[in-house]
Amino acid sequence: MEPSNVSFQVMWNRLISVVEEQAQALVRTAFSTSVREAGDLSAGVYDAQGRMLAQAVTGTPGHVNAMADAVAHFIRRIGRQDIFEGDIYITNDPWEGTGHLHDITMVTPSFHDGVLVGFLACTAHIVDIGGRGFGADAHSVYEEGLYIPIMKFAERGEVDETLLRIVRGNVREPDQLIGDMYALATCNEVGHRRLSDMMDEFRLENLEGIAGFILENSRRATVERIAALPRKEASGSMTVDGFDIPITLAVRLSIKSDRILVDFEGTSGTDRKGINCPFVYARAYACYALKCAIAPEIPNNHASLEPFEVVAPEGTIVNAVHPAPVALRHIIGHFVPDAVYSALDQILPGVVPAEGAGCLCNFQLSLRPSPGAPATGAARRGEVLTFNSGGSGARPEHDGLNATAFPSGVMTMPVEATEHTGPVIIWRKELRPDSGGAGRQRGGLGQYMEIGATEGHEFDFQAMFDRIHHPARGRNGGQPGAPTTISRDDGTPMRGKGKQFVPNGRKVMLAFPGGGGYGEPSDRDPALVKRDLARGYISAETAAHDYGLSVEDIRAVEEAARKGEAF
Amino acid sequence: MIPGTFRNSEGTDNLLSGSIRLGVDIGGTFTDIVLERDGEQFLAKVLTTYAAPEDAIVDGMHLACGKAGIRPGEIGQIIHGTTLATNALIERRGAKTALITTEGFRDVIEMRTESRFEQYDLNLNLPEPLAPRQMRFTVRERVSARGDVLVALDRGEIEATIDRVAEAGIESVAVGFIHSYVNDAHEVMVREVLAERMPDAMVSLSSEVSPQMREYERFNTVLANAYIKPLMNSYLSRLEDRLSAEGVRCEIFLMHSGGGIISLENAAEFPVRLVESGPAGGAVYAAHVAARQGIGKVLSFDMGGTTAKICLIKDQTPRTSRVFEVARTYRFKKGSGMPISIPVIDMVEIGAGGGSLARVDAMRQIRVGPESAGSEPGPACYGRGGERPGVTDADLVLGRIDPDNFAGGSIKLRPGLSEAALATHVGNALDMALDEAALCVSEVVDESMANAARVHAVENGEDLSEYTMIAFGGAAPLHAGRVAGKLGIERLIVPPAASVGSAIGFLRAPFSFEANRSIYMRLSDFDATRGKELFAELEKDATGFVRTCDAVSEIISEFKVYMRYSGQGWEIPIQLSHVQAREPDAATYLKRFEEDYTRLFGRPVAGLDVEITVWSVRASTPVEAVEPVSLMPAGEKARESGRRGIVDPASGRLQDAVTVARSTMSPGEHVVGPGAVTEGETTIIVPVGSKAICQPDGCIDIQVKG
Repeated sequence: MEPSNVSFQVMWNRLISVVEEQAQALVRTAFSTSVREAGDLSAGVYDAQGRMLAQAVTGTPGHVNAMADAVAHFIRRIGRQDIFEGDIYITNDPWEGTGHLHDITMVTPSFHDGVLVGFLACTAHIVDIGGRGFGADAHSVYEEGLYIPIMKFAERGEVDETLLRIVRGNVREPDQLIGDMYALATCNEVGHRRLSDMMDEFRLENLEGIAGFILENSRRATVERIAALPRKEASGSMTVDGFDIPITLAVRLSIKSDRILVDFEGTSGTDRKGINCPFVYARAYACYALKCAIAPEIPNNHASLEPFEVVAPEGTIVNAVHPAPVALRHIIGHFVPDAVYSALDQILPGVVPAEGAGCLCNFQLSLRPSPGAPATGAARRGEVLTFNSGGSGARPEHDGLNATAFPSGVMTMPVEATEHTGPVIIWRKELRPDSGGAGRQRGGLGQYMEIGATEGHEFDFQAMFDRIHHPARGRNGGQPGAPTTISRDDGTPMRGKGKQFVPNGRKVMLAFPGGGGYGEPSDRDPALVKRDLARGYISAETAAHDYGLSVEDIRAVEEAARKGEAF
Repeated sequence: MIPGTFRNSEGTDNLLSGSIRLGVDIGGTFTDIVLERDGEQFLAKVLTTYAAPEDAIVDGMHLACGKAGIRPGEIGQIIHGTTLATNALIERRGAKTALITTEGFRDVIEMRTESRFEQYDLNLNLPEPLAPRQMRFTVRERVSARGDVLVALDRGEIEATIDRVAEAGIESVAVGFIHSYVNDAHEVMVREVLAERMPDAMVSLSSEVSPQMREYERFNTVLANAYIKPLMNSYLSRLEDRLSAEGVRCEIFLMHSGGGIISLENAAEFPVRLVESGPAGGAVYAAHVAARQGIGKVLSFDMGGTTAKICLIKDQTPRTSRVFEVARTYRFKKGSGMPISIPVIDMVEIGAGGGSLARVDAMRQIRVGPESAGSEPGPACYGRGGERPGVTDADLVLGRIDPDNFAGGSIKLRPGLSEAALATHVGNALDMALDEAALCVSEVVDESMANAARVHAVENGEDLSEYTMIAFGGAAPLHAGRVAGKLGIERLIVPPAASVGSAIGFLRAPFSFEANRSIYMRLSDFDATRGKELFAELEKDATGFVRTCDAVSEIISEFKVYMRYSGQGWEIPIQLSHVQAREPDAATYLKRFEEDYTRLFGRPVAGLDVEITVWSVRASTPVEAVEPVSLMPAGEKARESGRRGIVDPASGRLQDAVTVARSTMSPGEHVVGPGAVTEGETTIIVPVGSKAICQPDGCIDIQVKG
């Protein structure tokens, strides 16, 4: 009997809850801070053909299409004849997984009454995969760590011990990586059990009916949104720092009646350092940008992603081919939405934000006792990874968000938690006044950070920053945000990317970029200028220079703020 | 404190018999009063009076006293829970508050987690912090993760800062320094200077309000405490005066978010602990019913007009947590509110209630809630101008509610308006017949509650099929049967007086206080002496608090450590015996951890170090002994009061259902579904094939057919 419309409505909701449960189980059992604190993970459920039916909304838009494509690669590589009940598959292939070796993807076939009915998949960003460590310095993917081709992690329930031995012998934190692998397997197992329960409850033999219902409704809804757009074409581009040669991202958008074409023709070529981006990851951020602007509430699945057709010439930095180094593919990936919006703004004015900080302001520290320092009982080594954000771009009707990630959705780690993981002191982590680009709507503020080691320790600092030479541009008359700056506290300059030594007693002084402004600063509501001044988001100089606030007004605001008046 | 007031005349240890007790719950719409004397209950429900909440309490108290035939002076104890603290945070009605914090960390409470809780909304805005940036002051000081002073705090600098705070006309000051949960000396110093220079200001220290690691949560919690402190102090002292003027002579105690009771003085000092005290009372009520019935695993399901609350209760103890979120600003979405880290009863709250409104979205999916019609205008069937269909409209169309007997007959429902609203907003858009549209709305809301319960269970590593559901709150009995079916739960209990469950729960709660400290200790580097000292200090703190409420009763301590593999982010609570807590030893702690970890996640992870992150002692007076109920098997069929058509959600078919008045059911009598057991405030729907038996304690006990 064909289930009713009511049942289909319920089952769709249920599948979304299945993937949310999957993701939750992963966070609960994971070891890497990137997964458990920052939410850098994803989980999905697929039909027997490998079409994604639902995906958990987690911290990482970059996983969206990558996950949608991955299961098809697994089916092809493993071969249908070799898919058995109790199997679990694994890979960290940047091109068939989610863009770099630090993402592990696991896929589990789901059997119901002995028949293959679908797949569960999940992906997580792990802290170390061996090689040079997480950073930009590699010249090829071979230097970036251990590569695990698509293969069986377990066959008919039996874990491949040979694989585990190889993994253990090649990474810096073997116990934790193995722990994370088991966490990923647990995550799929939880999803499989819930899927099976649902099939029992609704007496389903396969997922074809519900898959058809979900995919047809999602496709129709997405196409309706696209059909309502003007049939136009537009081009845009954006240039960012790159490793040592500036990178230009060029985008051409064409709106058709039932699909949107995104073409990266004209984008810079592959870089010699590890900031290159496999196509699947760039495509994910292009889709994400368009979905936010056009169809935000339609869930991600095979059909809702299909109408977004993305192409990029091979060998461009957004379609880097093997063996290009790709460890920091997020830097270019996170800039894709701003590049897409530079074109989309011409077709849909008044919808998309100004440019923002774009890529996350991450860094990793390798701390160790200084050879010259007096030995103390507290001396120890430590690997510390942190995720941080600059300001987002101003929106047509709202200011940009202060120190908040866009397009990434990951969280920062608490300073107190970070200081427990190694001999590090974070002396400062607070908003950076005057860094938001001036405009009718102001860009979001970046942030200051000051990083040192505890007494008697030195460290290597892995920098992963951009926007030093190319700050976020404003839109429609809005001013650019402030650029990134980085140096030691003794004034020694430092580079935005790559590994750099910091001796005992010295600190790294960081200022993360602000978002661009939107609209002419002179059109900004004076009440908001005064509020920003009272809060110290802007200085008196900026209030006067960028917004034309009079000396008397400035004095009055400062006086009122001192007296505690509300703004 | 007059201990004798809640001891009986014989002076035995049976603390509460013989005295008259009053439970008072201020909710969003109603203030519920339960007066209990010798096990007999007298109820009153009056409208909440927002301007002066104590007025409703006084009115309700007189009503209940009248029913019981007593004077207010005879009341031996009043236990009070309220949404006022929560509402003050949601509506931003607190005091002018400043935060004094470590230099370099002025914006912790504004930067939050640096992420967006809704990823696809380009126009998203984050909630404003309780103290705007100009009200956040910094001083030079720094303590390390190990508690060492890296930068000493200068007294002169505090004085200068406090003079600026005073100039800004601040009424209440929160102090939050980095790592103050390990070393509170600098926070205490600030309080001393404040006492000299701003003697009238109220002060809250993060090391006292919430001594836990993670600066964003701790700072936000101390700020929330400071923000509502003047308001709650003023309310509590007015309440005391009013009740005294009405002749009340007994002590007043407050329900706290952790499910226990604290003194008025403690509540005034730590008002943030009153947040969500009403729902906590509901969970305590469910735990009490569970104890009476001897049920080990319970899912409490509390569904009102706007939200549904779901809580896991194991071994008659509601599950607790150390952090939760209040004042969600964006469709109850996780991350859109503010975190409060205090011991709480752990529950999920979702925007699904009788007033939740239905609509059809772009994917032709029916969405229900979190937008609610509230009581004004209410769902369409209230006939007060509400045009959009709510869950109550769907329930009415499906035959679950008798239109002439809703909320004790106080509101006449109009089915025609429900039909029109459902047709206009759901049926026509989806080309569905009326019944089908109503069923869809009901199914969607039931499914979203079931999903919330499932995710909550997974977060806690629990399998719901082994659970019994206890349902209360006005709308729960209409939906509980179906939700239980979806969750694979086979037994559902609807206790008597379910509509005032929280207030009854207050009367069942022990005096309790949980003291927590975030001190990291790896088992490989275990310091047994330090562990012993920590537990001793925490026990002293916790029992000290309880002693201020009850000078004589035995006080029971429960010890817990939160443990995880070094490198994991989520701890699991490990319950320790008294011996294990008084003589800490690494091998035993490891064994206890591995046992619990394996039970939750399948297998231990070999070769990794294990660490303790939080030490916790909960002190409480003994929970009132319950009289176990001997369950009765199904005997006679209950007397039918009538029959009506009710749509069965499982098959989608209209069924001829029996109706029975709850008040006429005797123990052992039963109803086989499809059926409806009706009472003044609500209706219990008995699903097709399920059997509902009236038990000696008045519970309706339903064997749910999956």
